[in-house]
Amino acid sequence: MALVYAHPYPDRSRANRALLEAVRDLPGLDVRPLFDLYPDYDLDVAAEQRALVAAHTVVWQHPLHWYSVPGLLKLWFDQVLARGFAYGGGRALAGKRCLWVVTTGGELDAYGPSGMHGHPFAEFEPPIRQTARFCGMEWLEPIVVHGAHHVSDTELARTGERYRARLAALEAEGGARP
Amino acid sequence: MTSARDLLVYLAGAVVCVLVATRLRLGAILGYLVAGALIGPFALHLVSDEAAAKGVSEFGIVLMLFAIGLELDVRQLWGMRRSVFGGGTLQVGACSLVLGGVLFGAGVPWQGALVAGIALALSSTAIAMRTLGERSLERTPTGRTAFAILLFQDIAAIPLLALVPALSLTPVVAGAEHAAGPAWLGPLKALGALAAVVVVGRYLTRPILRPIAATGVREVFTAAALLLVLGVAELMHLAGLSMALGAFLAGVMLASSEYRHALESDLEPFKGLLLGLFFITVGMSIDFSLFLRRPLELAALVPGFIVVKLAVLRLLARPLGVDARQRWLFAALVSQGGEFAFVVFGLASEAALLPGDWGPMLTLTVALSMASTPLLLLVLERLELRRAGQQKKIYDAIEDEGAKILIAGFGRFGQIVGRLLFASGLKATVLDHDPEAIDSLRRFGFRVFYGDVTRLDLLDKAGAARAQVLVIAIDDVEAGVALAASVQKEYPKLRILARARNVSHYAELRRLGVEVVERETFESALMLGRRALEALGCPPHEARERAVKFRRHNVRMLEDLLHEWDDMTRRVQRARAASDDLEQQFERDRQALEERGVQGWHMQDAAAARAAAPTDDRASSPPPDATGAQPSRASSASGVPPAGNAPAK
Ligand SMILES: Cc1cc2nc3c(=O)[nH]c(=O)nc-3n(C[C@H](O)[C@H](O)[C@H](O)COP(=O)(O)O)c2cc1C
Repeated sequence: MALVYAHPYPDRSRANRALLEAVRDLPGLDVRPLFDLYPDYDLDVAAEQRALVAAHTVVWQHPLHWYSVPGLLKLWFDQVLARGFAYGGGRALAGKRCLWVVTTGGELDAYGPSGMHGHPFAEFEPPIRQTARFCGMEWLEPIVVHGAHHVSDTELARTGERYRARLAALEAEGGARP
Repeated sequence: MTSARDLLVYLAGAVVCVLVATRLRLGAILGYLVAGALIGPFALHLVSDEAAAKGVSEFGIVLMLFAIGLELDVRQLWGMRRSVFGGGTLQVGACSLVLGGVLFGAGVPWQGALVAGIALALSSTAIAMRTLGERSLERTPTGRTAFAILLFQDIAAIPLLALVPALSLTPVVAGAEHAAGPAWLGPLKALGALAAVVVVGRYLTRPILRPIAATGVREVFTAAALLLVLGVAELMHLAGLSMALGAFLAGVMLASSEYRHALESDLEPFKGLLLGLFFITVGMSIDFSLFLRRPLELAALVPGFIVVKLAVLRLLARPLGVDARQRWLFAALVSQGGEFAFVVFGLASEAALLPGDWGPMLTLTVALSMASTPLLLLVLERLELRRAGQQKKIYDAIEDEGAKILIAGFGRFGQIVGRLLFASGLKATVLDHDPEAIDSLRRFGFRVFYGDVTRLDLLDKAGAARAQVLVIAIDDVEAGVALAASVQKEYPKLRILARARNVSHYAELRRLGVEVVERETFESALMLGRRALEALGCPPHEARERAVKFRRHNVRMLEDLLHEWDDMTRRVQRARAASDDLEQQFERDRQALEERGVQGWHMQDAAAARAAAPTDDRASSPPPDATGAQPSRASSASGVPPAGNAPAK
């Protein structure tokens, strides 16, 4: 499994750090902390692609930035999911599963009908989901943590446990897959 | 050698006449010719030993052809073979047929008419190439066609000189001393000499020049260059071949060597002076008394020759592939008689092929035709001007052959710049003074040239006038500043990008107006600083952001200081203020980052959320968790309504 982790200030993270710590030591997990690996935004495209090829499951974990992914993860989409590799002749990712793990500053009700974000959170999901689908990946139920700054430690710990259980299950399943 | 007084006469004559001629826009060549005519034996007779000057001046042509050869490598020369042999045969054949025919009609015996016709068909490489150079036409297609023909003429002159004694009408064979030894020996010697030139030029010169260049004594390198060219010329002379041709060949062999630009710029003054001397000696040979003795014949012969040759050349211009707009220009360029004609007429008179005054008259005609070329071109330009309504239209076709970017200094610094550019497919011309470095770089296929990069003439040779960007990457602070200053003056259009060794070097360059200056240690020190932050636990991305901010701050501070750089106390004050400022800035950066971590991206939302609920945790109705068998839907502290977030599968 490849966990593409995009937090610009990993040591200042609360929610994402807690989630990452919950899964980090799982066997078969290749964590790729993009902002640590490529602080100059100089992605090693070949290395990233190799990591994807080796994985049966791709995880994208990040805080929500302007209803989207942080800039470096966007660049990662642009460069790593390249034509001839991920689409347009290349099918390197076809059949793999994709899990989106995202934290938001906004509370759940701020994504409600009368919330300040104007749309339910589900409406921000399609660009990410379609990115995975376009590359032939199977889209799994995302894990979303709302109100990332105010969520209680217990809640966060419980989400972390669920996250870990799902990845463990995927790994067991993935090893059995052809 | 010429006596000291003669030398003074030559120099004075050249300076005065060339000055006047160029002022009148007549070109330097005409100035030299007039100077020669004035000081020569048939006018003021100020020179005691003309023969000495004549011998030396021939080296002017030799050096010129060497320089031309340096501009052409073997591949280019091979590519020209059709225009040399095809075009050359056509031109020499047609011109000698017509001119020889006219002479025969005028009563010259057929043998004389044949020899003199061919001799008159030849043009003056010196005049034509100098004129092309003065008007920067060398690289135009017309210039190349003209040059190809001149090259063929130089080759054709060799059998022509052999033809004269063969046709001789006197029992005493002129030039008999050449014919010593069995007949097969001549061609054999010639072949041997040519092979020697190729071997010397191709394989021996570079290993010989390298240690000489490494001594760093400039005049020794110049001496070696002269030795090389004159040595080759002498060798060719011994083998009975054209000295100029040999020098040309040697030049071609060295065209792709790293010393090309250094050789060119070192030999340039000699070439110029000796060529000038050559034109002076041509001027000196003009026998004015002949005008008195045979006014009518000369009145017909001189303009007649020029008009006939010009007309034939104009007709040939189209089959030779000259651009329609430049056909007259081409014809005028090679319309004069050449240097070889003097030799041929001398031999032919001795061999009684040219009876009576024909020899001296033809010699005079050729000399005057040489003087006519600059005038013809002037007339042509005026006509062109009137027709086109604006100047220089005919020079539109100048090809740009040089690199867009020059790198001065190819040490540790310049190499990185250069390699990045090369890797990006940009052809840079690289100049450096360290022969060792050059040699190894050439092995990797770089276009590297040896020379003192701070010399403007070397930059000129390397194409500074045509380049867009000059990277100054030398490590000598003073030389770098001086070079930047003089390049700004001489080539105001050339953009300078410079390496600075330290802050004061940076300031000096910036104050000169150099737009792009990079301190050589700054970026790498910043990078190491980043790594140090990382080593102490700062995440890499944050370390980078700090470095980026530091860089911006530092450069802005430096730029602010530029205008009062010389004021030491102000500088210290400002530097201190700036460093306090930096501390504050770091503090602000840190706070900004802290805040974001604690308060989040939208404080408004957080505040609103807090207002809406009594607790921060907001543990309101978590969603019914899916069982392990089913993939669980988004689980968050606040819960996600399944309806709203369920992905449309
Ligand atoms: C540049 C930036 C943009 C953000 N945009 C959004 C947004 O559009 N919607 C949202 O709910 N939260 C937004 N946030 C808040 C983050 O999602 C939130 O701080 C993060 O999920 C907290 O996770 P962490 O504790 O792992 O850092 C933004 C934060 C930053 C720094």
